Amino acid sequence: MNTPVPGSQYKVIGTRPIRHDGMDKVTGKAKYGADVKFSKMLYGRVLRSPHAHARIVSIDTSEAESHPGVFAVITTSDMPDLVDKMADLGEGVVNMAHLGDNVLAREKVLYKGQAVAAVAASDVHVAAEAIAKIKVEYEPLPAVTWVLDAMREDAPLLHDNVFTDDMGKKSDKPSNVDKEIHFLKGDAEEGFAAADVVVEREFKTATVHQGYIEPHVATADWNEDGNLTVWTSTQGSFACRAQVAEILQIPISKVKVVPCEIGGGFGGKITVYLQPVAALLSKKSGRPVQLTMQRDEVFEGTGPTPGSFMRVKLGATKEGKLTAGEAWIAFDAGAFPGGPIGPACMCVFSCYDFEHAKVDGYNVVLNKPKTQAYRAPGSTHAALACETVLDELAEKLEIDPLELRLKNAATEGTRRVDGPVYPRIGCVEVLQAAQASDHWNSPLEGPNRGRGVALGFWFNCGLKSSASAHVNPDGTVTLTEGSTDIGGSRASIAMQLAETLGITAEEVHPQVVDTDSVGYTDVTGGSRVTFATGLAAYKVGLDIEGQMTSRAAELWDCSPENVRVESGVYSHNGDSLTFAELAEKLHATGEAVVGRATVAPDGATNGFGAHLVDVEVDPDTGKTTILRYTVIQDAGKAIHPSYVEGQMQGGAVQGIGWALNEEYFFDDQGQMKNASFLDYRIPTFLDVPMIDTIIVEVPNPDHPYGVRGVGETPIVPPPAAIAIAIHNAVGVRMTELPMSPPKLWKAISDQS
Amino acid sequence: MGGLTTLSGFEYVAPTDLTAAATALRDAGGRACVLAGGTDILVQLREGMRSADLVIDVKKIPELLQLEYAPDSGLCLGAATPCYQIYTTADVVNAYPALVDATRIIGGWQIQSRASVGGNLCNSSPAADSIPPLLVHQAVCHLAGPEGRRSIPVSDFCTAPGKNSLQPGELLATLTLPPQPANAGSAYQRFIPRNEMDIAVASAASWIELDDSRNAIKSARIALGAVAPTPVLAEEASQFLVGKAPTEENFSEAGVLARQVASPIDDMRGTVEFRVHLAGVLTQRTLALAHQRVQDS
Ligand SMILES: Cc1cc2nc3c(=O)[nH]c(=O)nc-3n(C[C@H](O)[C@H](O)[C@H](O)COP(=O)(O)OP(=O)(O)OC[C@H]3O[C@@H](n4cnc5c(N)ncnc54)[C@H](O)[C@@H]3O)c2cc1C
Repeated sequence: MNTPVPGSQYKVIGTRPIRHDGMDKVTGKAKYGADVKFSKMLYGRVLRSPHAHARIVSIDTSEAESHPGVFAVITTSDMPDLVDKMADLGEGVVNMAHLGDNVLAREKVLYKGQAVAAVAASDVHVAAEAIAKIKVEYEPLPAVTWVLDAMREDAPLLHDNVFTDDMGKKSDKPSNVDKEIHFLKGDAEEGFAAADVVVEREFKTATVHQGYIEPHVATADWNEDGNLTVWTSTQGSFACRAQVAEILQIPISKVKVVPCEIGGGFGGKITVYLQPVAALLSKKSGRPVQLTMQRDEVFEGTGPTPGSFMRVKLGATKEGKLTAGEAWIAFDAGAFPGGPIGPACMCVFSCYDFEHAKVDGYNVVLNKPKTQAYRAPGSTHAALACETVLDELAEKLEIDPLELRLKNAATEGTRRVDGPVYPRIGCVEVLQAAQASDHWNSPLEGPNRGRGVALGFWFNCGLKSSASAHVNPDGTVTLTEGSTDIGGSRASIAMQLAETLGITAEEVHPQVVDTDSVGYTDVTGGSRVTFATGLAAYKVGLDIEGQMTSRAAELWDCSPENVRVESGVYSHNGDSLTFAELAEKLHATGEAVVGRATVAPDGATNGFGAHLVDVEVDPDTGKTTILRYTVIQDAGKAIHPSYVEGQMQGGAVQGIGWALNEEYFFDDQGQMKNASFLDYRIPTFLDVPMIDTIIVEVPNPDHPYGVRGVGETPIVPPPAAIAIAIHNAVGVRMTELPMSPPKLWKAISDQS
Repeated sequence: MGGLTTLSGFEYVAPTDLTAAATALRDAGGRACVLAGGTDILVQLREGMRSADLVIDVKKIPELLQLEYAPDSGLCLGAATPCYQIYTTADVVNAYPALVDATRIIGGWQIQSRASVGGNLCNSSPAADSIPPLLVHQAVCHLAGPEGRRSIPVSDFCTAPGKNSLQPGELLATLTLPPQPANAGSAYQRFIPRNEMDIAVASAASWIELDDSRNAIKSARIALGAVAPTPVLAEEASQFLVGKAPTEENFSEAGVLARQVASPIDDMRGTVEFRVHLAGVLTQRTLALAHQRVQDS
């Protein structure tokens, strides 16, 4: 598998070695958060709000405290006062009071499932018994869970200190709308006037959860000397450290975060929930404390992606040239401000070259769990709206949907509605690969069957990454990095170092280490790790190669410039040493070789993907079966093609879940009714076919190997592609997610 | 909320004698529960939906683990016999296809190797998959209490969601299903949004017996699940078919009639309108499948 690809300029990149963490993972030896065990460790439980909106009148913990086996009980009064503290934790300034309230509620609970108190006890059962003895008196308040309702003047106000931020201007009255975004390019009215056909539709999407299989877990040990260590499942150990330090108001250097193996995150394991609570319980009890969530706590107490309402209008000429686009997007933020409204507004028209476009976005707080990032946050919603309307335009204009997209596709030089001008991108190449694919060229026959195609976009951010590596006497290299590995990134980073040094992937031993053991590294998110941490690994490679060259020069008594390095072989004037041979000599001849690099690449690179799907709909039950599915995506350069394909397939499966069944059901009290994997329906493997993949490679000019991040784009097109396929199968335009059997059946029967 | 609940301690007994089990059940005065496969009860105990001081395991009682079939006497099924034994026994597969359809879809392999039809019935969920098949196959429930035994038709067993006519101290010992006449066939189907891991949104079992010419229906029975407080027989729809030709039109008409007994609720699994509609669709489809099975036999 990992012999070099014939004709490739690379020896390691593009091959498929077994991942370094693979053996431990398949044999069950890998250490996940809940595998952490210490002697005298206590186990905790969290008490959560039964109300969607209520004032906390009083909390009485006395009975819980005297329950046998209980070592500590905490409430928000054990937390430092965070009122009016703002902090930049790497992704913009956040109000620490909100973050703190989301960890343990202070005066009000704003969603069902919000943490209110916690207990540490000798075992989880005792902790659960004690939790039941905490008496909380609530004064219930009216709750609001639908975004348009929450925007109304007469809606229950969640916060009296949240004001609308309208592109920098602050409203004078508190509001549930915490943010407005307005982008304008050209003159939309003029554009629509020039159109021969205009289509406008409204869309609704449900709240959906990342659905990672591993629930949240944190273990904390707060020492007498004030040093706090946290072992946890996180996408960013440094982000976790910063949040814990800020919430607890202790110096950041007093906190060490040890990232464990992580059983999925998809954006949902960046914000802290249990970590500061476990820390406070540990401080109070003097023992290590472990907190784990149950599945219902994950659904109700952690952050899903927003539910939304969107209106999109597109105009085009008879020839199929888009003349204008207009989008109005309202996202629910959940209980506290913040969320992906910005990216949604940037992404909605990002695949196409519009002369005139207008985008208005609104971010709205309401009584649901605080939303968090979920794979390409905001872009999946936006693509549903834009791509469905575009498909209707294609239908009206009688133009092939791929042709219409190609006619308008964004290319190098296209300016997005939010400002940036694209560098070299692969949007056109992706569409062409879709056009040339076996899937697109195979006829689809049979009643109630239809094919859909949709395009999607997501950025990759750069942010900061650090790495170091040392050369071992046996010719291997130990690589130390800070990017927690949720998608095979150990392998893709190690392979970039191996390529740089001319050694094999197996000769690099990558380690993901704690915050005391590596330089600052931002979260595993934003499709950035293979790109940015990979860049750091490349630079580590250059650093090591430089040192190795000097050492070879010393051996051969020549100047380093005269040492030739090719494919890991160092030579000069007839002398030559492989990397391993040179490594073996290092110890006897001088100091060790340690390479280091830290990077903060500018700007964002851009990932485009097109999805093709064939469906069959049972018109009598409204059930949709996915018959065939192909993901086509620009990876820039696929370092490890299997893991690129895995990302493409995984994203598609999650998108299929959004499309067909996933949704939070709330009753009229704002209570989630389906907080389990039985009734929150992610696809099982019987619900999806094999997902075919086509990797397109249009190298990213800003990366030495051309890498573009691939993790997020693949969740973007599926709901749109499936909505379009359903239309082609049974003739109805579905504009609400999920397109679950009751809804689809209703739409079909209303039509006939 | 599962986050708050926990499996609290209880006593466990596993008697080998049915009367001993019934006596223990009665003596615990409502603080005991019966454990067959445990695939419902353990979940309920763990999630705090039920609590018990004593758990009585009935899998050591030989009578409850029977699976006896003879063409002229029919099937005698121990209440705790696991599902997989039913669908791996060829005679049962041929004689009671609707019941076999149900046992094949109750959970996955792990669940099927523990879960029993008796437990499915005693849990008395409106959506329980085995109950509509038991109804169309006219199963009889044989109950045992500390004072003795009695038998009731399965149609009298369930009384409300999660409720049944077992008296305090009473256990389900066996189920008997009458022998099958010639030219008879049955089928069970449920509708779920995914292809696994779901509770029926609506379900239907159909049983038909054709005359010797196989051109007319001699008798029929239709039962629906998940559309009423208990699984229900659709009498009118069943009667309608008697004497009629086994055609798509008649099956479809029976489906329309069957919808009349559906009185479902709106919930996260489906709306009233959708469930009523599905009851008709599934009736029609199971009738067609049952008919197909007669033709193939
Ligand atoms: C993952 C999973 C998937 C499932 N899928 C399905 C499905 O697809 N369809 C479906 O219908 N169900 C499903 N179930 C529910 C459950 O598996 C079935 O209802 C099963 O048939 C119960 O049988 P059991 O032997 O495990 O019952 P138990 O859990 O042992 O008992 C069930 C109830 O009946 C009582 N009981 C049991 N035996 C007797 C007796 N002899 N006398 C008196 N009372 C008795 C118990 O006290 C308890 O109240 C699923 C459960 C799980 C965990």
